[in-house]
Amino acid sequence: MNDMTRVERAVDSKDIKINAKKVQVYYGATHAIKDVDVEIEDKTVTAFIGPSGCGKSTFLRCLNRMNDTIDICRVEGDILLDGEDIYDKRVDPVQLRAKVGMVFQKPNPFPKSIYDNVAYGPRIHGLARNKSELDEIVEKSLRRGAIWDEVKDRLDAPGTGLSGGQQQRLCIARAVATEPEVLLMDEPCSALDPIATAQVEELIDELRSRYSVVIVTHSMQQAARVSQKTAFFHLGNLVEFGETGQIFTNPVDPRTESYITGRIG
Amino acid sequence: MTDASMQSPETGRHTISLTATDERTQKRARAEKRFRSYGLAAIGTGLFFLVVLFTSILSQGLPAFQRTVVSVDFTLTEPQRDEAEGTLFKTKAYSNLFVTQLSKELSERGISVDFDEAAIERLLGKVGGTIRSFYAENPGKLNEPIKFDLTASSRVDGYFKGRVSRDTIQDSRFLQKSDLDLVDALEEAGIIKQAFNWPFIIGADSGVDNPGGAGIGASVVGSFFMMVVVLGLSLPIGVAASIYLEEFAPQNKFTDLIEVNISNLAAVPSIVFGILGLAVFIQFMHLPQSAPLVGGLVLTLMTLPTIIISTRASLKAVPPSIRDAALGVGASKMQAVFHHVLPLAAPGILTGTIIGLAQALGETAPLLLIGMVGFVARGYPDGFLAGFTEPNSAMPAQIYTWAARADVGFYEKAWGGIIILLMFLLTMNIIAIILRRRFERRW
Repeated sequence: MNDMTRVERAVDSKDIKINAKKVQVYYGATHAIKDVDVEIEDKTVTAFIGPSGCGKSTFLRCLNRMNDTIDICRVEGDILLDGEDIYDKRVDPVQLRAKVGMVFQKPNPFPKSIYDNVAYGPRIHGLARNKSELDEIVEKSLRRGAIWDEVKDRLDAPGTGLSGGQQQRLCIARAVATEPEVLLMDEPCSALDPIATAQVEELIDELRSRYSVVIVTHSMQQAARVSQKTAFFHLGNLVEFGETGQIFTNPVDPRTESYITGRIG
Repeated sequence: MTDASMQSPETGRHTISLTATDERTQKRARAEKRFRSYGLAAIGTGLFFLVVLFTSILSQGLPAFQRTVVSVDFTLTEPQRDEAEGTLFKTKAYSNLFVTQLSKELSERGISVDFDEAAIERLLGKVGGTIRSFYAENPGKLNEPIKFDLTASSRVDGYFKGRVSRDTIQDSRFLQKSDLDLVDALEEAGIIKQAFNWPFIIGADSGVDNPGGAGIGASVVGSFFMMVVVLGLSLPIGVAASIYLEEFAPQNKFTDLIEVNISNLAAVPSIVFGILGLAVFIQFMHLPQSAPLVGGLVLTLMTLPTIIISTRASLKAVPPSIRDAALGVGASKMQAVFHHVLPLAAPGILTGTIIGLAQALGETAPLLLIGMVGFVARGYPDGFLAGFTEPNSAMPAQIYTWAARADVGFYEKAWGGIIILLMFLLTMNIIAIILRRRFERRW
């Protein structure tokens, strides 16, 4: 699989979607992210790996300004989405989050119907002019979430009544419903069983054709399976960033090697 | 494995069979058993006092829902009216007509008993005045038989309910021993009897010497208007304050101070709020005295901390993942709160509000300070808006006033009033439970 993706990558060169330069994040006095430079390519799955508390989730949450909700969190440096600084004063995080969707660790569907879960984003962003357009968006999103066939007969059923894997795919469908360009996934499979994990991973691979996907994961196998680029974080530093195949087979930094061989973490 | 578990003296580990409980385990089991019995004893004590409370309330209060009435068919002809209106003591003339009518009715049934107009006044109060004002209001009813239901005096009522007996009674201006003969005769004739006390439920407060005519209806209306004010003010203010503090306010010394003060306010004695209301709303802002509007404002101050605390607790109980989910699809903070967090917190907010209202409904002390005591509830307010501004009382204040009055007839009314108040509280709590069940959603 890694070889395959490498071949694929060689064929078409990708644009840079997100460019982070010298990003620092502080939680109060704690310096959580130090000098991180990352270039995230379009139509690529980028995986963030690293031991717990290394800052990979924090960095991910910077990419759609979800850290704004934490009072003591402070972000410095530049994060450019298509060349625009997302931390610019004129940027409304609400608009940013419509462009940069997010899927969370624990499946968190709204306690509403499956339909309303998916339709909520398009509704608040005014993406549909009427009911039939909204129906179309919901169906398209559920299809992209690879869950349409399972729920098409019970769109009025509560989203919380689905199984864990279905809920997570519903959350992915909800995230893609607002037509984002980047999809952030914070350990999307950590609460799922192996079968549901396989389904979600397969879905991530499909999503790559449309979106730039950034995934935080604790499972190195998962990173190796789904991503083309991998970033290894350790103690708030970005230790190594490169081709997934290269990181796992031929890491440059000794810390990366220790981590992927299980000596630290 | 079995060998290992036999004995290993070297390690000092002694193994015994699982079926034999050792000293420590037995001790723990005994402690647990003791704790359980303490718990059961506590619950038992609570239940015992609850039963005592309810039986005493019911046994003392239920008689208030019965009244003693004298029903007499009375006909007044036009010449009789004109003659009575021509005399100097007009109501006395009417009383005499009533006495004549009553003796006629008694003799028709073959019962002979001596009584005079004064005895009738002791039994039924100022009958002449009642009859006169009835015909003054309904002149068309002249010349036709009218059934008058007259409430008997509190002593006569007590005679029927066993509070007064021939042995204990002493001749006074309220009741004489000879009057009881008349009462017995009237009972034999079926003229005096017990009936359900509608006037108690729908009527207004009466004078201190007329417990028979006292009703709680007007003060129920007063309580209602206060609750309208309390609900209308404390729910929006309380919910808005809680949402702001919980979801939007920055964490700093100032918000900490506000939080501490809200918790402290919830523990402030209600009479303090009463004197605050007196000073601010009546003496400074010159709002009408004894008005449900002022009572409602004072109770709003009291209820706000309760509502804010319970609302914040239920907002806190909504999992943060719901907020993340909403923000993640690009909802603004306000949309996240109003579309997702608030609906999930609604059952808790509603329950807290209703509990707060129930607390306010039973509050007496602050009402005494702003003049909402019983004697002002002499009649119903004149229309909906007047309900807020006209002097009125509230249920607990009315009960307090009755309990403080000398006539034992009022004591019974106080207990009856408590039954009505408890029924309202019970209803509110049931509504709270139903709403909670109804709106509860899982996540």
